[in-house]
Amino acid sequence: MKLSKKLIAVTAALTLATGLVGCSKSTSGGSNGDTIKIGANFEMTGGVAAFGQSQLNAIELAASEINAAGGVLGKQIEIIKSDNASKAEESTRVATKLITQDKVDILMGATTSTNTLAAVQVANDKKVPMVSASATNPNVTFDSKKGKLNEWVFRACFIDPFQGTVMANFSLKKLNAKTAVIFSDNAADYSKGLHKFYKEAFEKGGGKILAEESYQTKDTDFNAVLTRIKSLNPDVIYVPGYYEEVGKIVKQAREMGITVPMMGGDGWDAPQLVEIAGAAALNNTFISNHYSPDDPDPKVKKFVDAYKAKYNAVPDSMAVLGYDGMYMIADAIKRAGSVDKAKVKEALAATKDFVGVTGTLTLDQNHDPVKAAVILEHKDGKQVFYDKVQP
Amino acid sequence: MFEYIVQQLINGISIGSIYALIALGYTMVYGIIKLINFAHGDVFMVGAFVGYFAAKAGLGLFWSLILAMAVCAILGVLIERLAYRPLRGAARIVILITAIGVSFLLENLGIYALGPQAKGFPEIVTKTQYTLFGDVTINSVQIIVLAVTVILMVLLQYVVHKTKMGKAMRAVSYDMEAARLMGINVDTTISFTFAIGSALAGAAGVVFAVMYPSVDPLMGIIPGLKAFVAAVLGGIGIIPGALVGGLVLGIVETGVSSAGFSLWRDGAAFAILILILIFKPSGLFGKNVREKV
Repeated sequence: MKLSKKLIAVTAALTLATGLVGCSKSTSGGSNGDTIKIGANFEMTGGVAAFGQSQLNAIELAASEINAAGGVLGKQIEIIKSDNASKAEESTRVATKLITQDKVDILMGATTSTNTLAAVQVANDKKVPMVSASATNPNVTFDSKKGKLNEWVFRACFIDPFQGTVMANFSLKKLNAKTAVIFSDNAADYSKGLHKFYKEAFEKGGGKILAEESYQTKDTDFNAVLTRIKSLNPDVIYVPGYYEEVGKIVKQAREMGITVPMMGGDGWDAPQLVEIAGAAALNNTFISNHYSPDDPDPKVKKFVDAYKAKYNAVPDSMAVLGYDGMYMIADAIKRAGSVDKAKVKEALAATKDFVGVTGTLTLDQNHDPVKAAVILEHKDGKQVFYDKVQP
Repeated sequence: MFEYIVQQLINGISIGSIYALIALGYTMVYGIIKLINFAHGDVFMVGAFVGYFAAKAGLGLFWSLILAMAVCAILGVLIERLAYRPLRGAARIVILITAIGVSFLLENLGIYALGPQAKGFPEIVTKTQYTLFGDVTINSVQIIVLAVTVILMVLLQYVVHKTKMGKAMRAVSYDMEAARLMGINVDTTISFTFAIGSALAGAAGVVFAVMYPSVDPLMGIIPGLKAFVAAVLGGIGIIPGALVGGLVLGIVETGVSSAGFSLWRDGAAFAILILILIFKPSGLFGKNVREKV
C-alpha cells in the first residue's frame, strides 16, 4: 500500500515535469521560430501504407534539397510526421493533433481521397493551409454538397473527372470499345469518383455500360461477380480500385478466361500489384497515371536519380506527386514572403505555371491543377509508356 | 443460364470450403471450453505467413502446410497457457475479452514485425483450369481446398469420436469437474484441443493464401468473422455443422453477388446469422440442450 502510494507520487511528479517541459517546448518552438513546420498526415501503416511511405520519402527528399539550398525565406523546413493508419477517423485525429499540439504552419496529406476528405473540415475550421499531393476526388477542394470551395485545401494532382474521362475516351477511341462493365470499390471515395466520370464520358461518347458492379475494400473473392461479368461479355472492364483488391480481381478474371482489356487509375500503381496479380495476368491492362519513370524529360530523370540514390527504389507516382507538392508549397511561401497562414493560402491559390516534375501546373478557381496525364500499359509486369494526354 | 448457375455454385462451394476450414477450429475450441476464440482469425494469419516464408524458402504445398500447422499448434498451446489458463475459473465474458486482446496483440505484433503492406504469395501450386462441360470450369486450387477441408474434417471426427484423447475431450466438454474427478488431465486435454484447433487455422491460412495470393497482418479479421457466422449457422461446437455452415454461407454469398446485388452480399450473410439466432439459436445441427441447474 505504502509502496503504491509512493509510486503514484513519483509518477505524478514525473508526469507534471514532462508536461511542463512539453509546454515550454511547444511555446518556444511555434511558427515564429526559424523553421517552417510542415505537418505530414500520412498512411505509414495499414492498407495503403505503400502510398504513404513513398510519398513521405519524396517529401523528405524535397525538403532536404530545399534546406540544403538555404531553405525558404532563410528558414529551414521541418517535417513533423504522424501516422493515420490508413483510416479516415485517424486522419481527422492526426490533422487536429498536428495543428493544435505541434502548431504546424502547413498540413500535407493524406494520399488517398477518403483519408484526405476526413481532414478537410479540420483544415477549414482551424484555418491552416492543407495540400494533398494525390487525393483525386473533386470534393477534396470543392464541397459539391454545399456548392462551396474548401478555401484552405489545395492539391497537386489532376482530379477524378479527368482520369475517368481520359480512360473512357481511351477505351472508345484507341481500343474501339462499344460496351464496358465498371467494377468499383464501394468503400472508397476515390473509386466511386472515377466510376462516375468514366460512366458519363463513356455514355456521352456513344458507348454502353452493361453493368455497374461493386466490391468492398479487403474483399478477397471476386469469382461470383466476375462470372457474371464474363457472361455479359463486355469489350472492356474498368476497375478503378486500389492495388490490393485490383491485383486479385485481375488474377481471378484472367484465370476464369476473361481476356478483354482491363483498366484503372493511379490506384493500381504499386509494385505489389505485380506480386499479387502475376506478370502474365497483367498483360493487356492499362492505367492512367501522373507520370512515367521512363519519361525522357530531364527533370524526371534528375528526380528519379536523386530518389534512387537516397531510397534505392524507383519512385512511383505517389512519390513524384509528393515531391511536386512540397516544392509547390515552398514556391507559395516564397511568393507570399512570409509563413503567415492567410498569405500562404492566397499565394497557393494564385499558383500559375509552376514547373514540377510531372509537368507545368496551374491551379484553377477550384484549387485543382490543370496538367497532363499519361497512359501506361502493363507488359510482362513492367509499366510501359503508352500515350500522354493533355487536358 | 444453367451453366451460369452451376459455375456460380462451384464458386460458392470453393469459398464456402475455406470458411468451413476456419470454422472447424472455432467450433472445436468452443465445443470443449465454451470459449469463442476471437484470436482464431489471427492464428490463421500467422499460418498464412509461415506458409509464405516456407514457400519463399522453396518448400512445396504439402510441407508448407505441415510447417504452418506445427507452428500454429505451438502458438495455440502458448496462447492457451499464457492467456486463458490463468483465467480458467473466471467468468466467461472475462475470457472472451482476453481473446479479443490476444487478437489485437497478434495483429499489431504482425504489423510491427512484418510491416503493414500486403505481400504477394508465391505460386506454389500451378493452377490448371478443367472444363467440366460447356463453359463451366473448375481449377486445381479449388479442388485442393475442398479436398483439404473434407480430409481434415474426417480426421477430426475420427480423433474426437474414436481415440482416447477424443473421449477425454468429450468428457471435459460435458463436465469439466466430473472429468477431473475421473482422473482425466483436464489441462492437457484443453492444451491438446487448442493445438488441433490452431493447426486447423494454420492449414486454412496457407490454403487461403494459395487461393487469394496475398498475405498481410490484418488478413484474418474478415475470414475469421465469416467463419464465426458459419460455425454459428451450423451449430457451434458441432464438427459437421461447421462444414455445412461454411458451404451454405459461401453459396448464399455467391448467389447474392451473382444475381447482381454485390453490395448486399455481406448484409445477406449477417442477416442469416440474425435469423438463425432468432429461430434456431443452437444452429442447423444443434440440439436444444437444457441448461443444467
